[in-house]
Amino acid sequence: MTWQPLRGRGEVVRDGSGESTAVVRLPFTLALEMPELEQETREEDLLDVPWQVVVHNDPVNLMSYVTMVFQKVFGFSPDRAEKHMLEVHREGRSIVWSGLRERAELYVQQLHGYLLLATIERAR
Amino acid sequence: MEIRRQGDTLEIAELDPFLAELLRQVPESTNPDGVEAAEKRIFSAPAPADEHELCTEWKQYVEPELRRIFRSSTEVVAADLKMLNGSKKPFANCTLHIPIRHADAWLNALNQARLVIASKYGFTEGELGDHYRSPIGSRRDLSLFQVNFYGFLQEFILQEIQGHPDDST
Repeated sequence: MTWQPLRGRGEVVRDGSGESTAVVRLPFTLALEMPELEQETREEDLLDVPWQVVVHNDPVNLMSYVTMVFQKVFGFSPDRAEKHMLEVHREGRSIVWSGLRERAELYVQQLHGYLLLATIERAR
Repeated sequence: MEIRRQGDTLEIAELDPFLAELLRQVPESTNPDGVEAAEKRIFSAPAPADEHELCTEWKQYVEPELRRIFRSSTEVVAADLKMLNGSKKPFANCTLHIPIRHADAWLNALNQARLVIASKYGFTEGELGDHYRSPIGSRRDLSLFQVNFYGFLQEFILQEIQGHPDDST
């Protein structure tokens, strides 16, 4: 913020009805300077983009084991857990959860603890 | 070999010396050291390669915790396996008792071992699904048998846990 002094003084302004109004002219003006944005440090859209937990196919992990892990980590019903397991098996990957990054990281950490191939990815 | 549940214990009885030896090798087989492919598989990337920051933080903060979890499971299994050393007759069949509260640790250690062995030998999906492959004519064949034997044990433990949902720890 900067200010610039002006020469000024109080004066009386009269209108047509004969009434008068006192006007004080300030001896300076206030001027706000907008800050210059040098560089965006974080893209705004990233704050809103959901993250996905993706489980990838792995020929070693047993299908029954993967189903059990989905039930334990995400609280899926047996049917839903099996559906995702079969998607992993047939399609090579399945998006098992999406939402905030912090929670997604926690899920991926749990899945790695069970030795599943899992990644966190930005939803495109 | 006979495998059954006895109350709060999983009993693997009539273990012949060959299968008992494969079981003894579970803890050692979980070690990925010196095999890059195995290390990469056990500590797989948490995100696509372009997420540099996430991957770096993961290595720094999460991997040590994962190592601790894996080591802890392996230690539980190693302690249970000590009972296989009790027999004084060198070639006698023996029995292993696994407390049901150790089921998660066994599942984890068996999985580690299977993944490490499979990574070492680069087994294909076809090989891993070929349960009738025989005879065992090479170290590679033996390792494939080992992976499938550990998988069979995992299946049995899973069946027992799912039959009794409160058992898992």
